[in-house]
Amino acid sequence: MSIFRKIITAVRGGAREAGEAVVDANSTRIFEQEIRDSEKHITIAKRDLTEVMAKQMQAARELGQLQASIKEHEGYAMQALNQNNEALAIEVAEKIAELESSAADQQQANESYLKSADRLKELIKKSERQLTDYKRQLSMVKTTESVQKATSAITDNFTASNSKLLNAKDSLERIKQKQAMFDDKLKAAEVLESENGDSSLQSKLQEAGIGAQQSSAQSILDRLKSK
Amino acid sequence: MNIHKIATHLNQLADDTETGFNFDCTPINGDIDVLQVEIIGREEIPIFLSLSDNQILCIAYLWGEDEVITDLRSNMMEAMLEMNVPMPLSSFAKVEDKYVVYGALSVNSSLDDIELEIVTLSDNSLEVINEMDSYLN
Repeated sequence: MSIFRKIITAVRGGAREAGEAVVDANSTRIFEQEIRDSEKHITIAKRDLTEVMAKQMQAARELGQLQASIKEHEGYAMQALNQNNEALAIEVAEKIAELESSAADQQQANESYLKSADRLKELIKKSERQLTDYKRQLSMVKTTESVQKATSAITDNFTASNSKLLNAKDSLERIKQKQAMFDDKLKAAEVLESENGDSSLQSKLQEAGIGAQQSSAQSILDRLKSK
Repeated sequence: MNIHKIATHLNQLADDTETGFNFDCTPINGDIDVLQVEIIGREEIPIFLSLSDNQILCIAYLWGEDEVITDLRSNMMEAMLEMNVPMPLSSFAKVEDKYVVYGALSVNSSLDDIELEIVTLSDNSLEVINEMDSYLN
């Protein structure tokens, strides 16, 4: 069963009883072990690939050398024939036959190394895809568990503090009220600020003797005397 | 990254905030560490943050199954699916019998990214409750 289906089944099927995990801890550990094993296999396969590629390069190089040597000896054989030295030509031809046999062996080894390298590359790619998939699945299991544990920690916390989550509409209403109160306070502060501004202007005008002047005891006395 | 580093950062932001909000963070102990992040003025809908091997999960609980008007349940779910892509940074989900909005970040995210995620999630949850209240009792 895929992990995706396991999670859906577990969550739907009420496997959410306290302490009951989506995938039991032991399977998670086995899964993690599988991931580590796959990583190890990939590392070994990559090392093998390096070795095979090195051998293939060596075989290719030797094949090149043998082919060059064959050409060289063919030249010698021609020269011997031109000198009518058949015995020497035959000796050279035998050497060429030997070289050709070695070249054929090297050719075969070279092709076999190339095939092995291709097979290993394909295997590594496949294992890496598999590993990515394992890791994705494990991450799904761990995230589900982490959300379940977080939810139970949150629920326990609310129970312990004797408080509970308000219902959504009440919560929003209270937040809106707080926001309105904050806005009102801000407005009140602005009004107060502007009133203070007015009064300071008033006092400046008074100092300058402009506008309505406060009546002082002296001015009242002066007014009474003039009656 | 760990929740204590995030808590310390958010608690001390004060006037240096990138988002204009102040935060009050409280770690909740349990099997795994969870951080309860309250945005000042929005304490009723806290954001819960938890860390796993490769991601940081931020969850806001919207409402319980018991708050949904039964006849409108499938309409509500359809509306949630339709809203899932346009809603910035957050997605709808269900945890046990609670509907939630959540956002997931890489564990390599910066503290500024985490702050933005939390504030966006909070904005989204308020807007969602406001706009979807016709489905609720």
